[in-house]
Amino acid sequence: MSSHAPDPNVPEPASFAFTEANMVEATKIIAKYPAGRQRSAVMPLLDIAQRQEGWLSRTAMDYVADLLSVPPIRVYEVATFYTMYRLRPTGKHHIELCTNIACWLRGSDDVKRAAEDVFGVPFGSSNDDVTLEEVECAGACVNAPVVAYKDDYYEDLTYDTAKALFQAMKDGKPLTPGSQIGRQTSCPEGGPTTLKESA
Amino acid sequence: MPKLTIDGIEVEVPAGSTVLQAAESIGIEIPRFCYHERLSIAGNCRMCLVEVSPGPPKPAASCALPVAEGMIVKTDSPLAVKARKGVMEFLLINHPLDCPICDQGGECDLQDQALAFGYDRSRYNEPKRAVEEKYMGPLVSTEMTRCIHCTRCIRFATEVAGVPELGAVGRGEHMEVTTYVERAIDSELSGNLVDLCPVGALTNKAYAYIARPWELKKTESIDVFDAVGTNIRIDSRGGEVLRVLPRINEDVNEEWLADKGRYAIDGLKRQRLDRPYVRKDGRLQPATWAEAFGAIAERVKGASGASMAALAGDMACAESMVLLRDLMSSLGSRSLDCRQDGAAFDVTQRESYLFNSGIAGIDEADALLIVGSNPRWEAPVINARIRKRYLRGGFKVAMIGEPRDLTYKHENLGAGVDVLRQVAAGTHPFAEVLKVAERPMIILGMGALTRPDGAAVLALANTLATDLGVVKDGWNGFNVLHTAAARVGGLEAGFVPGPNGRDLEGILKGCESGAVDFVYLLGADEIPMARLGKAFVVYQGSHGDAGAMRADVVLPGAAYTEKDATYVNTEGRCQRTHRAVFPPGDAREDWAILRALSEVLGHKLPQDSLAQVRDRLASVSAVFDDDTAVPVSAWGTFGEPGGEPGELADAPFESVITTYYMTDPISRASRTMAECTEVYGKGNQQRTGTNG
Repeated sequence: MSSHAPDPNVPEPASFAFTEANMVEATKIIAKYPAGRQRSAVMPLLDIAQRQEGWLSRTAMDYVADLLSVPPIRVYEVATFYTMYRLRPTGKHHIELCTNIACWLRGSDDVKRAAEDVFGVPFGSSNDDVTLEEVECAGACVNAPVVAYKDDYYEDLTYDTAKALFQAMKDGKPLTPGSQIGRQTSCPEGGPTTLKESA
Repeated sequence: MPKLTIDGIEVEVPAGSTVLQAAESIGIEIPRFCYHERLSIAGNCRMCLVEVSPGPPKPAASCALPVAEGMIVKTDSPLAVKARKGVMEFLLINHPLDCPICDQGGECDLQDQALAFGYDRSRYNEPKRAVEEKYMGPLVSTEMTRCIHCTRCIRFATEVAGVPELGAVGRGEHMEVTTYVERAIDSELSGNLVDLCPVGALTNKAYAYIARPWELKKTESIDVFDAVGTNIRIDSRGGEVLRVLPRINEDVNEEWLADKGRYAIDGLKRQRLDRPYVRKDGRLQPATWAEAFGAIAERVKGASGASMAALAGDMACAESMVLLRDLMSSLGSRSLDCRQDGAAFDVTQRESYLFNSGIAGIDEADALLIVGSNPRWEAPVINARIRKRYLRGGFKVAMIGEPRDLTYKHENLGAGVDVLRQVAAGTHPFAEVLKVAERPMIILGMGALTRPDGAAVLALANTLATDLGVVKDGWNGFNVLHTAAARVGGLEAGFVPGPNGRDLEGILKGCESGAVDFVYLLGADEIPMARLGKAFVVYQGSHGDAGAMRADVVLPGAAYTEKDATYVNTEGRCQRTHRAVFPPGDAREDWAILRALSEVLGHKLPQDSLAQVRDRLASVSAVFDDDTAVPVSAWGTFGEPGGEPGELADAPFESVITTYYMTDPISRASRTMAECTEVYGKGNQQRTGTNG
């Protein structure tokens, strides 16, 4: 739990309800499951709630539980199991940096430093403006080091490209997701090295 | 039926059994933490690893492994033992070594199994995990650092108790068992969590730091806080009852015990009557037994039998009731009643006041109508049995009475008498459900029978049972759910008005008019004392409650833990309590008090020993005789004379219990029960926990 646990100092919102558009989306998701198995929709619904609110308050979890007619504790169990459900509010910029072995070997420490230099707060801290968070393997080891921001990955970072990226985030400029060195998906860096000729 | 070999022994078990169950059937015990025969299988502790071939060359969890033809299982091969030792080492990584200050010490599964599978030293030098304290209410104390994540408590709360409030949050090493919102577990069975917990994570709050299991004297007995007749074990040390645990009885309580029976025992140490009292100059003054008996004798001398009456309370034992009956009749009085709530049974027909299908019969029922009862409060263990049946499916439950959360899905048909009349007449849709059911069942609560029109309701229920096939060949689903442990025993012992005798209402009216001027209360506290008028009241009982306050002479009796006594549960099952401790001070066993009093009154009862009293009981009813089968009488009509539904009031059916935790002199004197009442609220099931 630790950093994932709810923050007792953050007040719970008084109420929570899906917006109309989200409700339509939720209804669609619930309809995917056979009658009596609506509880299976708990994860996508929590995701919708998190996107709407920015984080998952207990009020929101209770709302989802109510919507699916399951005891609230069953929703808390799911939400606390997965670290990508945020149980406390994040800053405006939520930067998730992978520091697992592949990213670390490829220079995630430099990216960490770049973030600290741009935002001026130590890594692992959070304020209204920014949350700098270390996450476990993002599953994009070939293009390490990797940063996840909003729904996109920013790959093949170095100190300089990372600094530019974070500055752009801070300034609200448009960003280019994916590899920052022009690599196509997860092809070898600098183009193919084998099977260059067709048979 | 697949055949397999376990440790060289060939065994044949039903398909679908697990290897662990198969091993158990031939007496091989496989260590386990998470597996529990009354809960679903989780398979997460990994302690029950065994070596199985054919199959992958690695140990398998026997609790979750279905048997297959030709399986060869080794439960203590070097591989299996080594695997378990590994599991144990992992479990002990985060388990604190605080056994010396842990309440579970001495009866801890982990401790016992660590003895068999633990290494004598630790290879773990890193910091151990610590878990924040959790709040689970006034009954269960927690030390979650000790938790080994077997999830038995979660499964019990969700499956048996039907209150899905416990869960496991977080994951891996950070997993924590919690209510998440820090509130008291809203169940009347929460004490069973303590029994289920294989370690000291959940312990009995009221028993915290009091004793070690090997210091306790264990006495097998019967619970008297409701009419279920739960089999219990009383653990005592010196003159003190320290805790109560359930015993296994598949026909009655399986292995559960309701919270009142477990936790109200601190009431046995408070408000006790430990010496006789006689009222002098308007105040109760301490007296000797001789003075107390003298005061009664003086009052009784020359009094006519018609002016005397006796009432028995909810916890009176059958022995004292039969002796009081004999004493009253030798004094010429026929005015007796063991129904201090005024319930209208047909005392001549046993079927009219018994839980005829038996508690185990619930397992076979396929439709249920509950009338005027809230089984969750009146008999939590029976309610859990109903829920168990409900979970198996194909079981329709409906209820006539105030809407209640019974922990299982049911249809509330309404609270009025009208609904019952419609069902009985067959015009209500639920009548059809009962009619087509193979084994329909009706549970008639005290809320339906203690009303002024109780006899008419009984007659209506009788008609309903006959017409809708609730009673048929080989099945009697007409069930009366009592709330008092003493009631059926009293009815069987004949503690009911004799010819021309007065019943409860008659006695109270007689007191008001002055026709009755001597009332003997045998532990009867729940009657309107103000209506006793100017009558001379003798109170014999264990606690200084309403009865003793009103009494002119108080005779201190023994509580159920302090005497060998007979109780008949709501099914008509005769069971005996055994003395765990002695009554306090000058208090005596109740039958002995009556025997001594009878001599002073000049009508000496012939019974000089408990055995003789029990012979007397056996001569009154076969129920009390272990050697005689109780004759089953034919199903008849009962209720208002002639079986005709009489005048029915329109008042809705309400349960007689408004505060689960305080229903009798013992629980009213209990501090723990007072705390529960505070936390869980009175008269409703609203949650008032710290965050509720």
